[in-house]
Order: sequence, then structure tokens, then C-alpha cells
Amino acid sequence: MIYNAGSYDVVVVGGGHAGCEAALAAARMGCKTLMATLSMENVALMPCNPSVGGPAKAQVVREIDGLGGEMAVNVDKTAIQMRLINTGKGPAVQALRAQADKHEYHDEMLKTLLNQPNLHIIMAEIEEIETSGPRVSAVITKTGARFSCRAVVITSGTYLKGRIIIGEVMYDGGPGNQFPAVKLSASLKSLGLELGRFKTGTPPRVYKRSLDFTKMIEQPGDDRPLRFSYMSPRLRRPQFSCWLTHSTAATHQIVMDNLDRAPMFTGAIKGRGPRYCPSFEDKVVRFAHKESHQLFIEPEGRNTEEMYIQGLNTSLPEDVQIKVLRSIPGLENVALIRTGYAIEYDYLPPAQLRSTLETRMVEGLFTAGQINGTSGYEEAAAQGLIAGINAALKVKAEEPLVLKRSEAYIGVLIDDLITGDIDEPYRLLTSRAEYRLLLRQDNADLRLTEKGRRIGLVSDERWRVYSAKKDRLEEQKEALKGRTYTPADQEISSFLASRNSAALKDRFSLWEILRRPEISIQDFVDLGLLTEYDEDVLEQLEIQSKYEGYIRKQEEQVQRFEKMEGKLIPGDIDYDEIFGLSNEARQKLKQIRPESIGQALRVSGINPADINVLLIFLEKKRRK
Amino acid sequence: MFYDDIAAIATPPGEGGIAIIRLSGGQVIEKASKVFRPYHDGVDIRNKAGYSLTLGWIKDETGEDLDEVLLALMRAPHSYTGEDTVEIHCHGGILPARRCLEVVLHQGMRIAEPGEFTRRAFLHGRLDASQAEAVIDVIRAKSDKAMKLAVKQLSGHNSEYINTLEDRLLELNAMVEASLDFPDEVGELEYAKAEDIMLGSLAAIERLIQAGERAAIYREGIAAVICGKPNVGKSSLLNVLLKKERAIVTSIPGTTRDIIEEQLSIKGIPIRLVDTAGIRVTEDIVEKIGVERSQKVIREADLVIFLLDLGTGITAEDLAIYKEIKNRNLIILANKEDLEEKHITEDELEHYFSGVRVIWASAREDKGIKELEDRVEEMILGGALQADDLEIMVNLRQREALTRARKHLEDALQVMQTVPLDCLGVDIWGALEALGEITGKNLKEEVIDRMFTDFCIGK
Ligand SMILES: Cc1cc2nc3c(=O)[nH]c(=O)nc-3n(C[C@H](O)[C@H](O)[C@H](O)COP(=O)(O)OP(=O)(O)OC[C@H]3O[C@@H](n4cnc5c(N)ncnc54)[C@H](O)[C@@H]3O)c2cc1C
Ligand SMILES: Nc1nc2c(ncn2[C@@H]2O[C@H](COP(=O)(O)OP(=O)(O)O)[C@@H](O)[C@H]2O)c(=O)[nH]1
Repeated sequence: MIYNAGSYDVVVVGGGHAGCEAALAAARMGCKTLMATLSMENVALMPCNPSVGGPAKAQVVREIDGLGGEMAVNVDKTAIQMRLINTGKGPAVQALRAQADKHEYHDEMLKTLLNQPNLHIIMAEIEEIETSGPRVSAVITKTGARFSCRAVVITSGTYLKGRIIIGEVMYDGGPGNQFPAVKLSASLKSLGLELGRFKTGTPPRVYKRSLDFTKMIEQPGDDRPLRFSYMSPRLRRPQFSCWLTHSTAATHQIVMDNLDRAPMFTGAIKGRGPRYCPSFEDKVVRFAHKESHQLFIEPEGRNTEEMYIQGLNTSLPEDVQIKVLRSIPGLENVALIRTGYAIEYDYLPPAQLRSTLETRMVEGLFTAGQINGTSGYEEAAAQGLIAGINAALKVKAEEPLVLKRSEAYIGVLIDDLITGDIDEPYRLLTSRAEYRLLLRQDNADLRLTEKGRRIGLVSDERWRVYSAKKDRLEEQKEALKGRTYTPADQEISSFLASRNSAALKDRFSLWEILRRPEISIQDFVDLGLLTEYDEDVLEQLEIQSKYEGYIRKQEEQVQRFEKMEGKLIPGDIDYDEIFGLSNEARQKLKQIRPESIGQALRVSGINPADINVLLIFLEKKRRK
Repeated sequence: MFYDDIAAIATPPGEGGIAIIRLSGGQVIEKASKVFRPYHDGVDIRNKAGYSLTLGWIKDETGEDLDEVLLALMRAPHSYTGEDTVEIHCHGGILPARRCLEVVLHQGMRIAEPGEFTRRAFLHGRLDASQAEAVIDVIRAKSDKAMKLAVKQLSGHNSEYINTLEDRLLELNAMVEASLDFPDEVGELEYAKAEDIMLGSLAAIERLIQAGERAAIYREGIAAVICGKPNVGKSSLLNVLLKKERAIVTSIPGTTRDIIEEQLSIKGIPIRLVDTAGIRVTEDIVEKIGVERSQKVIREADLVIFLLDLGTGITAEDLAIYKEIKNRNLIILANKEDLEEKHITEDELEHYFSGVRVIWASAREDKGIKELEDRVEEMILGGALQADDLEIMVNLRQREALTRARKHLEDALQVMQTVPLDCLGVDIWGALEALGEITGKNLKEEVIDRMFTDFCIGK
């Protein structure tokens, strides 16, 4: 018996990292929003590594923050360790990484959601998406509640037809033995959407008190007060260490002896898994020459005994897992809490999506997160945010928000998803970004806060903080450029000499002097040449000056790039009508349906001649 | 890609004559003006009206004159493409035209894609909508042809060589990217190894460029000029060379009445050899048009062979001629070595022509001719000469890509110690990306693949 349970602007299916951002964004943008989750326990759950950030991912977290999302603020509230990594490798790849307290992360996010005006959370399984004509019109729960709505964002993560595999043992289930979502897949298929199957896995968790840390190397956090969000207070928080150990020859032998029981090799697992997150058994087989593999032992929270073993993601049988663990230095007497497992799940090949994350098949139906073939909390959250924003903008009949590859990692992520052939779970890498030097974690706020403000997600308080920083920055930049010195200036000359820095030959500004590798902005502060003390502003000034040459080069490339992005292809174009396209190109274009000439150029199998043909066709159409 | 500045040689490659380089785009007049030295001081092509012709020279990177050209300028929308267009009419045949194109490209243009001028003409409304299909035919035909050719050039032995190069650069990129994206697992970049790969790749690229240059020379040939005072033995030398050469291509009459031009080949290199007999630089016609003409022939030659007469000694006339040619690619031949009495000494040669290699020869007795041929080959092929089994045709587009790859590697090597890895990555990727234009692969994905094969990455 189906009953009418209410009417909403936006319904978000799922309360993972994607669902949380989507629901908060829609509600904050003024839409009456419903979030449905299979369980309150898995809201903002981290089913795997208790860590957020790192190369490419830290940039994304900051971008989410710049737009007015929640992830950065929530990590800052719940982090038990933070480190700045890649510090010697340049500003583009420098990245914050936090260990979060898994339980607090969940609690804090849930609190934020529950207190959010316009947002209603229910624990329910959505089984069906209803449409009226080409448009989504309602969702129906397992218990018969029908919620009518104008837009739906599905963020089902790894739950769709989830199947757990541990050695010979297999059963239907979501991560962490949650219930899977069984029926939604069929509903999506009946709407004409295509689904595929991926796989991922997670390592065992063990008791902290069963470990011998004297046999491991301690990995402390940074003592500096670090934070993802510029809205968070600068806190020096207690740092919980991680620990480094490694596998041994004995470990590898145990794996080799049990390959006949490893689902990865027996054919029991059919879904494609991620290369960047291989199972331990896979690593042992593929890198047979490596005598040992690093393993990081990470705390799952401050008040828990549970420790996560990074590097030991596995679906070997439980008895073998225990043997493997015991062969590792420091884990000889280990006591298991959770067994490692692999999980297979349905995903939606994302070539079916528009750049707004709306499906092309069904108007008003958006998908975000792991359902789109990605993996990772940050990737999920970023998509959730964009899908939530665009669902809200759609309801409000406003222009959608699409970030370009030149503007944000989020833009790179979504463009890769909708343009590429995603044949394994997708993860962001800095090497996927063409304009890496522009997409830094340090300037994410400068890149995106204004956009966030325009769509109504950036609060007054955030806007005030941002504007103040920006003004200071411009002011100080002018000051640095305006203050010039000649060889006759004693103070600066003797300072340069004291740094073994070449003497001035001519008139130079502080801005130019700052470009020298041996000079830092702190020097100017120490010399009293600068009246700025805000670390973020100083950092920004230093990076912009030191890397000006490289940054300018990339900005020039971006100008060329944007010309092609700006040349749009009408959505109703009929590729069969175009004379002169190669067959391969025609197939590909029909499948991907790129939105611009720039995107078309990135579709594999499309060559410049095809693009030229397309351009001529569009021009001919225009003149008609 | 739509309206950036493009350039290409518009005339089909082939025998001598005039080659036209066509430039199209918003900035081409400005850019052309930077490499153009007008014949008359004070002329600036930037101020010229459309449909104007200007005489002058294309300058190379060092400011030296490269070729005398006629520059035709058309302003948007009154040109074939509908954009500002410059056409450079080069006089010196295909090799100087290639050099001119390179110089122009260095101003920040790219080589036009096949059919691109026509495509632009259409997009700018210079062609009727009804011609769309015809335009598409042109584009398809031209690019299919170019593709087939490129595939052919990159087959067999050559492809192995390029694949190895690509493989090394992939490895290098994977090393850099892995270190940036997976610092925990991969750690620091192995700088010494990276440097090795860069140096090795640089050498490989250099070899490709030179082999390609050599192939172009073998295919397209060069222009050489024999000069010297009357009776020094120019005709005799020409005859000796022609007689030796069994495969005389043609004996075409000079393009002007008084220039004798022969086609022959020295060591397989096709050479258009001009004997300046008809354009003597004698006192009586110093003022005359002949001088200009001979100057022009000399200027356009890739190589000048200057004859001295051991019987007469070095005369004022010799020195006058030498003045005209001393900056050219020059070989001096001291002829009539068979004479008993020689009136030129080594010391004199050193004094008047210091630094130029002199070959002692006799056209009559066919002595020193082999040495001359060796020297011609050496001078023409230059660096590209080394015994090398690499047989590769490198077309202009490929050569341009290789040059860019080389520049990226040179830059990377230079800044390796001073910039952080993310900046270094810009040039290291640039080198591979340029190479990818030759092989037509999506190397970005391959770098990522390579990263996961070479390194054990993953939590
Ligand atoms: C075992 C495992 C290992 C992983 N390992 C890694 C790793 O090593 N590295 C990495 O980067 N990432 C890893 N991930 C991925 C990472 O956890 C996810 O990418 C990320 O959490 C996905 O977020 P999401 O919001 O898309 O989905 P999830 O966090 O999975 O959330 C899905 C939500 O949807 C709800 N839901 C689903 N279906 C319905 C329905 N029909 N009705 C109502 N609610 C529904 C669920 O209740 C849940 O709240 C792993 C995930 C798992 C499960
Ligand atoms: N002894 C000697 N006489 C030569 C040699 N080469 C040319 N001559 C003679 O020099 C004269 C002029 O030669 P020619 O080739 O017509 O000179 P050109 O006016 O420079 O073309 C002729 O009588 C030739 O026979 C040589 O190597 N040795």
C-alpha cells in the first residue's frame, strides 16, 4: 500500500559523503529537502581509511569549503592528526591530510544535518524512482511512503546490490555489514539507465592493545595549527600518531600458499577494482620482487581500540587474514575486531550524465558519489555538493553551476567522469589536472568563494572572512610591487649580502626580490618591510610571486582552452545527420554527447578532422 | 584551435621556384613584422593597407637575413580565410622556405591542420553554406592523406626508435607523477635517474631531428653556386662534376638567360648547381643589373664554391668576389693544381681567406674532385652526417613537435636543481605531450597506467 507522505523540492537518496553535501547544499539554497538513508548509523560513515585529504584530495576539500560545503569544517572539528605533506615538492602538490575520528566525524555531521533548517532526514530504503513524462516526480520507500518531488539526487555509494566477499564466504550486504539496497537498481534500469559492476575492498581492524608499537616507527602529526577551512579556528589539537610497519617474506609466503582460496584469483570477484587501491594479495603477486610492503597502522578515533591497517586491504579467508597479520612485526599477538572484505556493487557508468550530474535520460534525476564510478570520500563529497547545487538551481529555474577543468579539481573530476571511459573506480590524482599550478589548495577560496556566494551557499560570515583576506592580499601585493630599491639602499643590500643573494644591479621591487629562492616573505616581515602578519595572506603573496612565471604560462594555456570550452554543441544535435564524420567518431559522440567542442576534443577516438567537420556542420546549421 | 595564429607552406613541395608561406589569424601581421626587415627603411608592414606587397627579408633568430621575400598582406575580412593574412613569397626554394616557416612559428604560431585555411574561410562566411559538403570533403581528404603519410613514416624501424623514446619519457613522467601523487609509497624523485633519462631522450630527439633533416635534404636537394673570375675553370669544373655523375637529372636552361643551371647529384644529394659564368662580376658591368642578379643567386644558395686560379695568383678581382660571398657557406677550390708554376702559397690563402678550408684541385686532370664532393656532403649534412642507420622522414609538423620536446627537456634540465617538482613537471610533461602529437596517442592516460605498473601504489 503506497501512501502520500509529503512533497519536497529535492530528495537526496543516501547519507554518505555525497548525500550529506547534496542535502545540505539544497537545503541551504532554500529548497525543501528530504534525505533518505538506509540507516542513521551510516550517515557520513567512513567505511575505509579514517583519513581525509592528501594530494588532489586536499585541494578538493578546500574547494568544497570555498563553495560553502561542509566537509572541511567537519574534518577540522574531528581531526586527531593533521599533516602537511609534499612540502618540498611545490605549492601545487602540497597537501593537507587529516586523520579523523571516524565516530566523531559521523556524529558531528549528523548533528549539522539534524539542525539544518529546510532539511528532513528519514531512515528508509528508497526502492523506486517515479517519473512523469521525461521528468522525475517522486520516490517510493520500502514501507510504501511516496514523496513527490521536483528533483532527486541518488548517492547510493556501494550499497546497490552490495555483495560482501571474504574468502569462500559471500553474502549480500553493504559496507560494515549494513543492509544493502536491493530494489533501486531495477527501478533505475527501468528508467533506461545502464548499470555496471565495480569492486572495492578494505583491510582488517585490530585491537590497539594487542599491538607492539616498539617494533614500529612512529609517524607523528605536525605540531602546527593546521586546518582545512578558513572558517575553522586555528587550533593546536592533540596529535594521535600513526605507526609504520611492513610485511615480511613470511607474510608473502602465506599469501602465495593460499591463492587458491583468494576470490581475487579464483574468479569469484567479477567487478573491476581500483588499481590505486589494490588488494594486498594483488600487490604480492604483481610485485613479486618486492621483499616487503609498507603498512601504516592508523587509529580510527581517540576513544576507540580499533586500529586500521593501511596497505592490507584484502578479501582472503578470515583464517588466512589472521595468519597474515601475525607474520607482521608488531602484530605477532594481534586480536582481530573486523575482518577485511571486498564488496561488489552496482554503479552507473557516468557517460550517461551531463556536466551538472543530471542524467541525460531522466530530467531532474541527478547522481553523485561512488554510484558514478568514483571512489573516495572527497570525490563523493565534491560530486554531492555539485549535484545538490544543480538540483536546487534546477528547482529554482536558475543557471546551473559547472566548474571548468581550469577552475577546480572538481571540474576535472566531473569532466573526466562524463567524457572518459571509466572502466575502474575513478580516483582523482594531481596528474589528471592540466593546470595543476593554478589549482592549488592554498587558493581554492580565491577560486571559488565568489561562485559559492552567487548561488547563495556562502554565508555572510564566510563572505566577510573571504573579502577581508582578499582585500589584504591585493593591498599587500600592491605594496610589494610599489616598494622598490636600488643598489644604493644600504639596508636591503646588506640584507641580501647576508643571505648570499646577488646584489641588486638596478631598481627592483620587493615583489621581484621575493622571487629569489633564498628569500622568503618572512624575511620582509622580520625586516619590518611589511605590515602583514596573517599567515594565509603571507603564504599567498609568497606563492604568487615565486611562481609567477609558471603561473602566467598556465594562465595563457587556460585562455586557449577556454575558447574551445566556450564553443557549445546544442543538446539536440543529430550526429547521424552529419556528413563526413568517421564511424568511430559518430559512435563516440552519440554515446558521450559532449556539451562543447572542448569536451569533444577530449573524447578518445575523436581526431581534429572530426572536430573540423563538426564545426562546419554547426556553422551551416547556424546560417540556416 | 579556432582562431589562433596558424602558418603553413601553401605551395606543394617540389622543384625550386617560389614557395609561399601563408599565415592567418588575429596577430599574424604583428608577428610577421617581428621577423621581417623591409627593403626600404621606415616601412612598417603593420601600417600597410590590405592587398599590399612589400619587398624585404625574413630574418633568422640572430637577426641575419635568411631569404629575400615578397610579403603580401591582406586584412580581415578581405582575405581567403576572412582573417588577417600574410603571404610570404620566398625565392629560394623549399629549404629556405622551411627555415622561414620555422622562424615564423617561433613567434608563437602553430602549423595549420590539413584543410584548416578552408575551414576558417567557411566559418568566417567567406564560403557559401552550400559549399559546406565540399569543404568537409577537402578537410577529410587532406587529413586522411596526411594521416596515411604520417603512419607510413612512422612504420617499421622508425617506429621502434620513436617508441623507445616515448617509453623513456613515459617512465620519466610516471616517476615524477608518482612522487607527487603518492609520496608515502614512492618517496622522493630519483633525480640522478631522471637526469639520465632526460639526457638520453634529448640525444634521441636530436638524432631524430638530424636524421629528418638529412632525409629532407636527400629528398628536396640544395642549391649551390660556382663562382670565380673568368677563365678560372668554372665550366671545366661543372663538366667534371656532370661527367662523373651518371645520373644527370636534367639540364634545364637557367631561369634567366645568362644563368646556367644544372641538376646533378653529389653523393646522392640532389644539387641545383648554378655557374655564374653569365653574371661575371667584372668592372665594366659593376653598375649593371648583373651584379644584383649574381648577388641574389649567391644569397639564395645553400653552398658557394669559389674558384681560384693557381696560375694567376690571387688578384684584386678574386678579392672583390670574395667580399660578396665571404659570409656564405663556402668552399674554396684552388684550381689548376697540375700547373708547374703555382702562384698562390698556403700563407697567402691563410692571409686572405683565413678560416676557410681550401681544396687544391685540377678540373682538367680530375684531381681533388673527390675531396670536393666529400666536403660538400659534410657541409650540407653537417651534424646530420654521422654514420647513422636511422632513415626517417620528419615532416615539418613532426619536426616542430620534436623541437618543442627538445626545448622542454633543455628547460627542465636547466632548472632541475632550482624549481620544485611540480614546476619541473610542467616541462617534463610538455616534452611527452609534444611527442604525443607525433604518435597521436593520449599519453596522459598512459602516464597514469605506467605509474601503476612501475610503482606498487595503494593503501
Ligand atoms: C569496503 C570499502 C572500501 C573502500 N576503500 C576505499 C579506499 O581504500 N579508498 C578510497 O578512497 N575509498 C574507499 N572506499 C570508498 C569510499 O568509502 C566511498 O567512495 C565514499 O564513502 C562514497 O561515498 P558516497 O556518499 O558515494 O556513498 P556511501 O558513503 O557509500 O553512502 C551511501 C549512502 O546511501 C544510502 N543508500 C544507498 N541506497 C539507498 C537506498 N536505496 N535508499 C536509501 N538510502 C540508500 C546508504 O544508507 C548510505 O547512507 C571504500 C568503500 C568501501 C565500502
Ligand atoms: N691547367 C689547367 N687548366 C685548366 C684547368 N681547369 C680549367 N682549365 C683551363 O682554363 C681555361 C678556362 O676554363 P673554363 O672552365 O672555361 O673557365 P670559366 O671561364 O671559369 O668557366 C680553359 O682553357 C681550361 O681548359 C685545370 O685544372 N688545369
